[in-house]
Amino acid sequence: MEATNQTLDARGLNCPLPILRTKKTLNAMQSGETLKVVATDPGSLKDMVAFCSQTGNTLLESQQAGSDFEFLIRKA
Amino acid sequence: MNVTKLLHPTEQDSKMPTDLAALEAWFDKRLDDKLAEREANRTPSLAIIATKGTMDMAYPPFILASTAAALGWDASIFFTFYGLELLKKDLNLKVSPLGNPAMPMKMPFGPDWLKHMNMPVPTLAATLPGFQSMATSMMKQTVKAKGVASIGELRDLCLEAGVKLVACQMTVDLFSYDKDEFIPEIADWIGATSYLAEAKNADICLFV
Repeated sequence: MEATNQTLDARGLNCPLPILRTKKTLNAMQSGETLKVVATDPGSLKDMVAFCSQTGNTLLESQQAGSDFEFLIRKA
Repeated sequence: MNVTKLLHPTEQDSKMPTDLAALEAWFDKRLDDKLAEREANRTPSLAIIATKGTMDMAYPPFILASTAAALGWDASIFFTFYGLELLKKDLNLKVSPLGNPAMPMKMPFGPDWLKHMNMPVPTLAATLPGFQSMATSMMKQTVKAKGVASIGELRDLCLEAGVKLVACQMTVDLFSYDKDEFIPEIADWIGATSYLAEAKNADICLFV
């Protein structure tokens, strides 16, 4: 993954908390900055895609690393 | 089209085709473009009517509304009848296996084989004193162990994200509640008419 401006550890949290925390973190960021989210909720794989398509943010990467799911989001 | 416009056609007008078929095609395209533009600029909205006051039924409204708010939607929840319990300052929600046959009864602790085993509860056993408290305590432990938020947390997240929580005035009168028992963040105390007027414009309206 490329360099990120911020990282959010959402491991151990379940739906809808990873999305809510992601939204909150993005709120405090500047447009164009990137956020890396690490989650363990398997539902976040699809939810993060839906979240980004609904909010206009860009999901740059989405990958599984062991039991973690990692997402890279660029703020719109 | 007024006379001034006819005398001084704008650039837009000058691009208008003159034969009928082309004019219709031009109009259809413009309509589609305008509708797409409106759709893109519109904020979707969610209106939920929450009528249940048990711990299990408290989750759907708060999860859906907080998620909608995270998506940038306008979200509101109208709490009526037992749903008002979800707005109490002191949340003391319970869950009962009684009359709730789909509720899985699984141990929140112990070895994996035990945690995965479903133990159906005979209806008669579920009527025993203390059974409801035990079931509630087990569900709270399960919720915590699985990283699911508590109702109190979800309610705070809803408020933080700007979800509008409105309460039913009639229910307060009906059950002789004291308004001081409820959280001060309640946006309004209204009746069916006011909420229906609001829900009419919602894209999604749910009754929980």
